[in-house]
Amino acid sequence: MTPATMPVLLNVRELAKHYPRGGTLLSRAQAPVRAVDGVSFVLFRGETLALVGESGCGKSTTARLVLRLIEPTAGTVHFEAADITAMRGAPLRKLRRRMQIVFQDPFASLNPRMNVGSIVEEPLVVHGIGDAASRRRRVAELLDMVGLAPEHARRFPHEFSGGQRQRIGIARALSVEPALIVCDEPVSALDVSIQAQVVNLLKDLQARLGLSYLFIAHDLAVVKHAADRVAVMYLGRIVELAPKRVLFDDPRHPYTRTLIAAIPRPDPHGRAQPTLAAGEAASPGHLPSGCRFHPRCPFAIDLCREVDPPMRAIAPDHLSACHRAEELLPWEAVLQRPMAPAAARRLSLYAKLRGEALLGELEAAP
Amino acid sequence: MPSEHESPGRLALRRFTRRPAAVVGMVVVVLFVAMAVAAPLLAPFDPNATSWSAIRKAPSALHWMGTDENGRDVLSRVLYGARASMLAGVLSALIAAAIGVPLGLIGGLAGGWTDTVIGRVTDAVLSVPFLILAIALAAFLGPSLQNAMIAIGVAAAPAFVRVARGAAIDIATQDYVEAARAVGNPPWRVAVRHVLPNIVPPVLVQATLAIAIAIVAEAGLSFLGLGQQPPAASWGSMLNSAQRFMTQAPWLALFPGLAVFLAVLAFNLMGDGLRDALDPRSR
Amino acid sequence: MIRLGTRLGQVVPTLLLVSVLVFALQELMPGDPAIVLAGPLRDPVVVAQIRAKLWLDQPIPVQYFHWLGNVLQGDLGFSWRVGQPVAHMIGQKLPVTLQLSAMGFCFALLIGVPAGVISAVKQDTVWDWAVNVIGLAGISVPNFWIGILLILVVCVDLGWLPSSGYVPLTEDWRMSLATTILPAFVLGNNLASTLMRHTRSAMLSALDQDYIRTARAKGLREWTVIVHHALRNALIPIVTLGALELGTLLSGTVLIEQIFSIPGFGKLVVDAVFDRDYPVVQAVVLVTAALYIALNLVADMLYVAINPRLRTG
Repeated sequence: MTPATMPVLLNVRELAKHYPRGGTLLSRAQAPVRAVDGVSFVLFRGETLALVGESGCGKSTTARLVLRLIEPTAGTVHFEAADITAMRGAPLRKLRRRMQIVFQDPFASLNPRMNVGSIVEEPLVVHGIGDAASRRRRVAELLDMVGLAPEHARRFPHEFSGGQRQRIGIARALSVEPALIVCDEPVSALDVSIQAQVVNLLKDLQARLGLSYLFIAHDLAVVKHAADRVAVMYLGRIVELAPKRVLFDDPRHPYTRTLIAAIPRPDPHGRAQPTLAAGEAASPGHLPSGCRFHPRCPFAIDLCREVDPPMRAIAPDHLSACHRAEELLPWEAVLQRPMAPAAARRLSLYAKLRGEALLGELEAAP
Repeated sequence: MPSEHESPGRLALRRFTRRPAAVVGMVVVVLFVAMAVAAPLLAPFDPNATSWSAIRKAPSALHWMGTDENGRDVLSRVLYGARASMLAGVLSALIAAAIGVPLGLIGGLAGGWTDTVIGRVTDAVLSVPFLILAIALAAFLGPSLQNAMIAIGVAAAPAFVRVARGAAIDIATQDYVEAARAVGNPPWRVAVRHVLPNIVPPVLVQATLAIAIAIVAEAGLSFLGLGQQPPAASWGSMLNSAQRFMTQAPWLALFPGLAVFLAVLAFNLMGDGLRDALDPRSR
Repeated sequence: MIRLGTRLGQVVPTLLLVSVLVFALQELMPGDPAIVLAGPLRDPVVVAQIRAKLWLDQPIPVQYFHWLGNVLQGDLGFSWRVGQPVAHMIGQKLPVTLQLSAMGFCFALLIGVPAGVISAVKQDTVWDWAVNVIGLAGISVPNFWIGILLILVVCVDLGWLPSSGYVPLTEDWRMSLATTILPAFVLGNNLASTLMRHTRSAMLSALDQDYIRTARAKGLREWTVIVHHALRNALIPIVTLGALELGTLLSGTVLIEQIFSIPGFGKLVVDAVFDRDYPVVQAVVLVTAALYIALNLVADMLYVAINPRLRTG
């Protein structure tokens, strides 16, 4: 199934969140902080869409806008084909059964005074599902699903490690069988060795339960492991959106290239990574004119300084907000470094030997 | 899975017991409570039993603390006075908390106009000096131990509003509160089930200190004749007699005042210890 | 200037709220004021007349605004017991209490600040611990008990000072001092402990500053460093914070004036309570609140004026 034929779970159009500054009796109103400034994307059922970017780019805010934990200043959110942008009160709370969130900080996201069982069953209690006995069974079931034991229900959060607490958070999110789970940097606060475990757990659960994830992260290495499609955010906007393979193989926005280039890559020749951008990001309170990235962009031209590039399709599945998206050199070429001749000869020799060995195996097999 | 991490409760207990002053305070508090509860068993004489032959006797083997102007044994009256003081202390603090904590919680969580209005009312009550407010309230309500407790409770409530509000705002920024909302909890349930249990530590500290203040205030009100009414024993009214008969029976001034001092000191020490144990940052 | 405006904007609603609360106090009162004032005969005609005169037959909001209007013009009602205008009585008694409070504040400064300095300079030594213990004891001790004990010792046993009565400053300053010095000392006692704590923390942070290290490096004597540099800068927050605690001082005057028989504000309210002289009680609450709020405002302005870092431009 290609993305184009999968049903749409979440449809976000021009979502924006502006925080006003000043404008009180005592200080002049200044330009508002545009934490999220016109974000549009679609999330298909059963997929994992990753939202990546530096801190401050607005990804966590976007996640919370989607979940209606904060109010959007503008834009619409359609969930399961219903417009939920303006929902309030009881209908919104009922909606929460269908969309849940897993938080970044495993130490702060669980109420220290509630035992694990109460934490995991709370969504069931709030939505009036089942009775005490069936809830207890469900809690045991959920704990088992995330790799914990049923007797853990009696324990308290402080008795568990970070990775385990994150699993508890996941169990809580799963309890009401939501369609969408927003994962707000679920592994950023964990040890690298635990990160893979939790991501694998999430993928397992997705396969088993047909979940869809909006996966917020700042670490592209994790995203490469976890995501189906990737959206790159910068200063409140999505600048590139593409399936994972396409994004990593051939990124078509200078900012994406910066992020990918920054992934540490062991290089036996020890040569420096290609540096693609200089300076720090501007803040959402002082946006540059034209393209937001132009002060840091090595490819910027006059057009970039004047006109804000719209998000456009440069290929059926590949969107980019760059005037010069098509002109950028293929990524392969940028990454390519000439290999030392001796190393090249050696590698081709290995390849030849591997090929002959393989041939020999095939002939020897019955 | 191992339970290697310490529960916040156990951690606080360890920190508390590490300070000798706090532990001493707690022990003395327990002693006073025991005194109040067991007064009938401990008192050698009936505290209201007058005896014209034993008026204003200095401390002796028979009357360890002497007798007062009506021949009543001072020691027995001090023991029974503990009842009024402990009761007044605890109940006033409870009243103050019952008024102040919900208001602070609502104000802190709701923000906006609700918070502003509650804040202004709190400021208004706070702008009248504590004892003057308590006296005024007790005056309008009528002199009795009960009314004194209500008056003190109302006067002490603003401190609880402030503490509860600050703690609620603090807790509200925690992820688990946001998680509670994300799960679908209505606002009242978020407040009661998630925020309230977690603001208990600072409220507890404030309650201990409030008991200390209430004991002094009750003694002051009784001294003026607005609290526990005679002939019932109360440390404050005993000090009143002490002043009237200062020249003839100076020992009358010593013991009830000492009792108030020690009780208040004990609660203050315990309160300080609790504050450091529950939140070492607030040094 | 803007800050003053904002602060006034906060203060006025608070004051209004206080006035509402004070006015509401009389609703708590048992009994009908008109009947009380009419005297033991309770002639219904007289009662009706009094009711009309005091506006008691009007709806409550109307009564409130009438009362507020009077207050703003300086009319705080008439004392039920004495028949004098309350404002006049307050005018007589307030200066006495103010004198006592001022002296008490001075005592608190004289005791509390040096104690706090010692505690800060000798941090974590036995001196620090001793001062802290004394400080805690000072907060815990009921001031009226100390008053009684001091009277016993100083006035009765030693006979150094009179145990009661008051002589205004203007009449005979020596006698005035004699009658006020003991109560002022007792009054300042509790505040001294609080000031000591404030001083300790202000000094600790002042001594931590770089300019102190510079002063020491310059070879100045330790004494100079502590007093002339650290203390001078720490004094400002101490005094302004202490001024805010004046409310506690006023609370203390109630019992102290009772014990030492000083005809001040505190004694006025106690007497009024016993005489069921409710207008006086109401007026006292109102005036104390207004005073406290005004004092806070001044202290806040002063703090900002002296500490340029706090100005918001």
